[in-house]
Amino acid sequence: MSALERPLQGLGRATIGAISGVGYAAMLLVESLYYCVAGRRLGQRVRLAAIVRQMREIGVDALPIVALLGFTVGLMLGIQFIASLAEFGAQSQVVVAVAKSVTREFGALITAILVAGRSGSALAARIGSMSVSQEVDALAVIGIEPVRYLVAPALIAMLVMLPVLTIFANAVAIIGAALYSAPALNVTPSAYLLQTLSLLTPGDVWQGLSKSVVFALLITLIGVSTGFSVTGGAEGVGRATTRAVVLSICWIIVVDMVFSFFINR
Amino acid sequence: MNATAPLIEVDKLDAWYGQRQVLHAVDFTVTSGEIRVIMGGSGSGKSTLLRHLLGLQRPAAGSVRLFGVDMGKASERERLDVRKRIGVSFQGGALLTSLSVGENVALPLREHTDLDESTIRIMSRLKLEVVNLGGFQDLMPSQLSGGMVKRAALARAIVMDPRLLFFDEPSAGLDPVVSAELDELILRLRDALRMTIVVVTHELESAFKIADTITVLDQGRVLLTGSVAQVRAADNERIQDLLNRRPREMQVDAEAYLRRLTQEQT
Repeated sequence: MSALERPLQGLGRATIGAISGVGYAAMLLVESLYYCVAGRRLGQRVRLAAIVRQMREIGVDALPIVALLGFTVGLMLGIQFIASLAEFGAQSQVVVAVAKSVTREFGALITAILVAGRSGSALAARIGSMSVSQEVDALAVIGIEPVRYLVAPALIAMLVMLPVLTIFANAVAIIGAALYSAPALNVTPSAYLLQTLSLLTPGDVWQGLSKSVVFALLITLIGVSTGFSVTGGAEGVGRATTRAVVLSICWIIVVDMVFSFFINR
Repeated sequence: MNATAPLIEVDKLDAWYGQRQVLHAVDFTVTSGEIRVIMGGSGSGKSTLLRHLLGLQRPAAGSVRLFGVDMGKASERERLDVRKRIGVSFQGGALLTSLSVGENVALPLREHTDLDESTIRIMSRLKLEVVNLGGFQDLMPSQLSGGMVKRAALARAIVMDPRLLFFDEPSAGLDPVVSAELDELILRLRDALRMTIVVVTHELESAFKIADTITVLDQGRVLLTGSVAQVRAADNERIQDLLNRRPREMQVDAEAYLRRLTQEQT
């Protein structure tokens, strides 16, 4: 009996833990949106300066690495599509293949994974070390709601910057693909890009962007909720940081698949 | 609110950490203008009592009233109004590490007032002068020594001119000279700014020096609330243990002891 009981108990505890985690994240989301709307009336204004600072950290500072990865992924897609489509003598289809796969999938996915690693972990580490050193309590007793001060600006910044970064990554990746594929197709890179533009529909771009909005929510909420639940000093902060990155990347990939399934049915 | 009403009223407060009860029906009252020291050994529940006084935890049973407002039942607006009238200096200082000392001190003013930038600057520097940290406003918290962090935290706590100031372990981890200076500072704040001050400490010397009244906590219960002389003269064994640094006599319950040893992990 007890041999069966223990794993069952473990499973039950893990389930309750997971559900309460989701509930906590949802509460943080609702609270931060509430402060964005009603904060001024409650004396808990979400500061524009704080949002702008977060936008710089999440968005602008990530531009070089997003450009590098976007370009590399574009190049890689160009190489693969040329090689595999050549088997059917269909190299010319590489333009549409790259355009659609980048805008629908890879732009949003690569950007989200990158930002989860850069900013999701930073959020978890920052809030985690703040709760360990009682800074979160200090904010609360000063009369600054920690959710309003720490979560809301990051959430808004992420919701704006992740789609912007995604568009940027899309553009860079397609340019990367153009640089490799255009010579192989005997066209100029600018002709390649013009053809890409004529083949793309707004729906393709929207598909990527709508995903990136969901990814933004995931990255922020997982980052801040693991940060707030840190216990156990510096070691706990380290564990929370790792957990935030791993969890966000898992969720991003799973949600991406689910999204693609429903959109393309 | 009339002048004689107590600033803090705690009524039959219970607190739990999981299965363990850490506060048992604690009653606690602080009137305007006094310096109250909450004293007790480690694990006596004094930090938990402080967290409840600050409204950081909701009471399991009983109530905590600050300025007549029940912190457990107050609306967010009411709680914010109370928090603007209290200042707290945490044990580790809890300065925001991402902001400079000056910005830390100015933070409450920035968030709660519409003062212009130069007024805020002057006011926060004024408070840094009060705690003898004039000229240190541009340093980051990580560049300060332990005593300076505590004083900077005190400056942040008093920047809104609170009527009620909480001070958690002012002398923990400081050398005797610095902690004596902090004691002087606390007395000066009460006399000059007419603050009511609640200090949580386990340092006897500093407790006797600054306190008007002392509340002794032990294992989640209030043993005694009284003046310094009353506490010194108390014939309660646990209080005398605390005063004379005597190790407490453990009574071993044989049954419970065996149960703890043999119990299977749950």
